[in-house]
Amino acid sequence: MKEFHGRVIAGGNWCGEAVVSHAGVNTLATFQKSALHNDDHVIVSDQNNSDIYGLNITGKALCLPITIGSTTGGLVIQTVCSMKINPSAFLFSEHIDSLAASGIVLARIWEDSDVIAIDNLGEEFLNTVKTGGKVEIKEDGTVIVY
Amino acid sequence: MEYKMQLTDEQLAILNGSRGETMAKVLKTLVMYGDIFGAEKLVPVTHKEGHLVTSFGIALMKPLFSTMDKLIDAGLTTEGKFTVDPRPLEYENVKCNLLEKIGFHVMYKKQKDYEEQLKKVGLRNEKAFSCACYLDEVGNIPKEGDILSWAESSAVVYANSVLGARCNRNSGMIELFGLIAGYVPYFGLLTDEGRRAKWKVIVNTTKKPEAQILGSAIGMKVMEDVPYVYGLDKYLGNEINDDAISYLKDFGAATASNGAVGLYHIDGLTPEAKRLGDSLIEDDAQVYEITDEELERVYKSYPLMWKNKDAKPNLCFIGCPHLTYKQLSDWCDKIEAGLKATGRKKVAVRTIMTTPPDVKAKFMKDEKYGKLISMGVKIASICPLMYTNNPMTKGRAIITNSNKLRTYSVAKYLKDDDICDVICGKELN
Repeated sequence: MKEFHGRVIAGGNWCGEAVVSHAGVNTLATFQKSALHNDDHVIVSDQNNSDIYGLNITGKALCLPITIGSTTGGLVIQTVCSMKINPSAFLFSEHIDSLAASGIVLARIWEDSDVIAIDNLGEEFLNTVKTGGKVEIKEDGTVIVY
Repeated sequence: MEYKMQLTDEQLAILNGSRGETMAKVLKTLVMYGDIFGAEKLVPVTHKEGHLVTSFGIALMKPLFSTMDKLIDAGLTTEGKFTVDPRPLEYENVKCNLLEKIGFHVMYKKQKDYEEQLKKVGLRNEKAFSCACYLDEVGNIPKEGDILSWAESSAVVYANSVLGARCNRNSGMIELFGLIAGYVPYFGLLTDEGRRAKWKVIVNTTKKPEAQILGSAIGMKVMEDVPYVYGLDKYLGNEINDDAISYLKDFGAATASNGAVGLYHIDGLTPEAKRLGDSLIEDDAQVYEITDEELERVYKSYPLMWKNKDAKPNLCFIGCPHLTYKQLSDWCDKIEAGLKATGRKKVAVRTIMTTPPDVKAKFMKDEKYGKLISMGVKIASICPLMYTNNPMTKGRAIITNSNKLRTYSVAKYLKDDDICDVICGKELN
C-alpha cells in the first residue's frame, strides 16, 4: 500500500479498479467509438495507446499523465459523463491539461456529474499504480494504491 | 461559488446573476476553468471573431444541444461572428452507398437543427465551415498579440505559432463561452512565460522532412510543451509565403493531434522566433534531434488498422486540415505528372480533396480545377474525420496523407509521393 497526495480538481470519495496509461490519453480517439455506438461502457479505441487500447474504462479510475489530441476533448468528457459511461475518476500524475480541465468543469457545472479529478500526483504514482489494481480516493486528494 | 482569481465588479455581478442564470453559469465555467490553471484574472478577447470546433450534429452529443438551447433561450450571442469546423457531409462530392447514407442519417440527424442553433448564437454565414479559417480566402485572421477564444487544435496551433496570436487549447464549448462573455482566463499560452520553449528540436535531415511526419514525431515527443525548432528555415525560407503556410498548417496539425502542442516556434521564420530568437528557450530545455532515421522510425510505428490488411485502397482523402489554394494547384500538377507516367487518364483510387468553401469557389475559376475534375478527383469541403466516424465506412480501405485523420480513424497514412503513386495506379513496393 502506498499513499499519494494530489490537488483536488473535483473531489469525492471512491474506491475501485485502476486503468493505467503511461502515455497521454487522446480523449477523442479513446472515447469516440463507444460514444458513437451509444454503448453502455467505454472500450478504449485509441490505436496509438497500447497501454489501454481495448480496455473497459467505465467506472474505473483512469490514471494518466495528461490528455492530448483534439480540442473536442472537453466536450467529449462532458458527453460521456452525461451518458454516465465515464471513468469514475481521472487521476493525473502531472498538472491537468486544458482540455481535460474543461471537460471536468463542464461535466460538474452543466451535467451535475460526480466525476472525480485529482492532478499533480507525481511520476511515482504512475509508476506504482497498475491496471487492475485497487485504488482508494479521498475527498482531500489522497490516493491510496493497494 | 468560491474562486481565486481577481474579478471586476461587473464580472462579480454577472456571477451573481445580473445577466441571468445561464450567463452566470457561462462565467462560472470560465472562472473555474481559469482557477485550475492559477489564472489571476479574466482578460478581454481582442479578436472578436471566434472559431468553434464543434460543427457536427451527432445525435449523441446531447449536452451540446441542450447547452446551446439554454444559451439561445437566454438570448446570449457572441459579440463578433464565428467560423466553425467543416460540415460532416456533402453527398454531391462524397458519394455514399445506401447503407452508409442510412448510417450518416442516423449519426448526423441533428445537423440541420444544430446549424440553426449556431446561426442564432453567431455563425458568420453558410460558407464559414472550415478548419483552416485563418486562410486569406476565409479571412478569420487575428493579428500578432491578439487574444482569441478559439478551439480546433490545428487552428489554435496555427494562430499561436504562425500568426503570433494568443490562445489556449480551449475545448469545444469553452471557446463559445469565452466569445459570449468577451473574456478568457489569463494563463498558459496567453502569457509570455507560457510561450517559452521547453524543447529544442534540431532538424538534421538530408532533405525537407514530410510536414505531417515531422509534426507527428515532435508532437509525440514533447506532448503539450512548446518546441523551438532549428533547421527548418533551411527548407522553408525566412518568410511566411504560400508554401510555408501550407507546410506549417500540416506540420502544426500533426503536432497538435499526435501530441498536444498549442504553440511552436520555427527559428528564423515564425514571428516570435524572428523577434526574440533563442531567448524564447528555457535554460533547462530538453533536446530532440530529428534525423532521416528518426522520421522513418516514427513512420513505421503507425499501426495499420484495416480489417483486411492486404486490401487495395479504395478511397483517398487529401486535405485534413483543409487544403490551401496553393496545395490544390500543386496536387493538380503532381497527379497530372503521375498519370502521365502510368499512362492513365483518371485516378485509380477514388480521391477526394477537401478545402474551405471560399478556397474552392476561387479555385473553380482556375483552369486547374477543370483538370483535377477531369482526372477524376472530387473537391469537397467536408471534414474527412466526420465521414470516417460512420461505422458503415469502416470496411473501406482508406488512405490519407493526414496524420490527424490517421490518428482518429482507421485510415492508412502514406507520404505525399506514395499516395500520389497509389492514386495514379502505380504499385508500391
